[in-house]
Amino acid sequence: MTKEILLYDIAHARTGDKGNRSNISLIAYKPEHYSLIVEQITEQRVLNHFADRKPSKVVRYLLPNLSAMNFVIDDVLDGGVNDTLNLDMHGKSLSFHLLAMKVMMPL
Amino acid sequence: MKSFLVGCGAGFSGDRTDAAPPVVKTLIERALPCAIIFENLAERTLAAHQLTKRSYPDLGFEPLLELELEPILADCLRHHIVIVGNFGAANPKGAAKFIKALALRLNLDEPRIAVLEGDNLSDQKSKPLLKEQLGKSFDEENFVCANAYQGAKEIAQAISQGAQIVVTGRVADPSLTLGPAMAFFGWKEDNWNCLAGASMAGHLLECGAQVTGGYFSDPGLKDVPNMDNIGFPIAEIFEDGSCIITKADDTGGLVDVRTVKEQLLYELHDPSAYITPDVVCDISKATVEQVGHDRVRLSGVIGHPRTASLKANVFFDGGWFGEGEISYAGPNAEARARLACDILQKRMGKYMHLRFDLIGITSILGDDAGRMLSRQSVGQNLDLRVRVAAQHTSKDIIDLLLREVTALWCGGPAGGGGVRVAKRQRLSTQSCLIARDRLPATFHFYDGK
Repeated sequence: MTKEILLYDIAHARTGDKGNRSNISLIAYKPEHYSLIVEQITEQRVLNHFADRKPSKVVRYLLPNLSAMNFVIDDVLDGGVNDTLNLDMHGKSLSFHLLAMKVMMPL
Repeated sequence: MKSFLVGCGAGFSGDRTDAAPPVVKTLIERALPCAIIFENLAERTLAAHQLTKRSYPDLGFEPLLELELEPILADCLRHHIVIVGNFGAANPKGAAKFIKALALRLNLDEPRIAVLEGDNLSDQKSKPLLKEQLGKSFDEENFVCANAYQGAKEIAQAISQGAQIVVTGRVADPSLTLGPAMAFFGWKEDNWNCLAGASMAGHLLECGAQVTGGYFSDPGLKDVPNMDNIGFPIAEIFEDGSCIITKADDTGGLVDVRTVKEQLLYELHDPSAYITPDVVCDISKATVEQVGHDRVRLSGVIGHPRTASLKANVFFDGGWFGEGEISYAGPNAEARARLACDILQKRMGKYMHLRFDLIGITSILGDDAGRMLSRQSVGQNLDLRVRVAAQHTSKDIIDLLLREVTALWCGGPAGGGGVRVAKRQRLSTQSCLIARDRLPATFHFYDGK
């Protein structure tokens, strides 16, 4: 049996930017939830989740010592801080968009 | 184990100017060898200062320098707290002159101020180098300025030779912390693990409150005490390069494993290769642990040999950016807001691409093509705001767009209110890697000339 929860309930995140590339850290509050996140929040799912922003590539780096991972998302910022017309030029708010993803939690 | 403290007094240009005094007070009370850093330069901040310096040759350094240093200068000089800041921006010598005058005004002895140079590639004689690096993409006509990221070595040398204040232009942010730590511990340039550890300490400090509970709070889930008086961070750096992050005494905010992990990964890509001018840092095996109240230890950072090149940012005139907003409320507000967008698109869309947002519905998650908004059906939001944004090489065209937004007062849908319009110059950036032996950094002590 599983139930659907928000990634937000078990992890926190922060966004940084360099040019047209965004990085979003994703950190499990509890180490016991880390493997669940590794299993379910894959590069492909993140690519799909950000589809409205047309990312070209997502790379995920794992940091098991920190119960954390780092997503590097290319071409997701409409050219980046110097070119985009977005109010959030840096894409700072994308971390909480990531946390809106769903996770299936075993009961 | 021997330790050295580095406090942070500012994390960006325009940061709170009352943050540094509690940090200095704490450093004095700890009575350990120490330094305080001021990080004032985002990527584009420096380009803006270069433009200022063109018009006003005495300016072009951090405009808040006086507000930053006046409350702490006397204490720092009296208690041997070295001040290191990239507040020199486009004009490190100008900043040094300004600090000297400030010290005299405060009746202090003249401080020994070191000025770092070698980052600025904005002059005529640097152009051939930039052309060589960028090839055809070097747009000479629109070239504004360029700066290379220098490292910690010259900062350390200046401090070893007696500098009380080190003024830099563009140096990598973590180098502001590594420099004084290198000077204190006498680390060699190839002591990679120590250099990497202290660089990551610098990385944690460089955004000020972002490691002490700022940019972190989420009410109910990640609560932070007394955020209105958030304390700025202090790193206690050990001779093996590990560190403990803490913060100024008697302030708000918090330091825990969550705040430290978020900031550790901030603006990182591959965690096993965070490249600075000084070292390549590897945090893939690093550990973060709570070792006391508001005290978190970072250890296990590995260093790899520095790269053969330095990064430079090159800025070009990017034309003009304009944006305008107008609000609609009550029944059918969204339909009226969308009609306003339609009018602007029909009148101005022939000149350039326009981005539309409906603030209150979708304003940041969509892309510039507006695919998210166009997919949504018209809802019944009772209070929302249209935003249009565009860029163009011609200021006149942007002015025309802004007048069209203003014209929605009388010629747009019913009940529009609160028009605001704004424009600004844009800069476009290119980055390149330049062999470090072609970009020698230097420092000298400011002699008042």
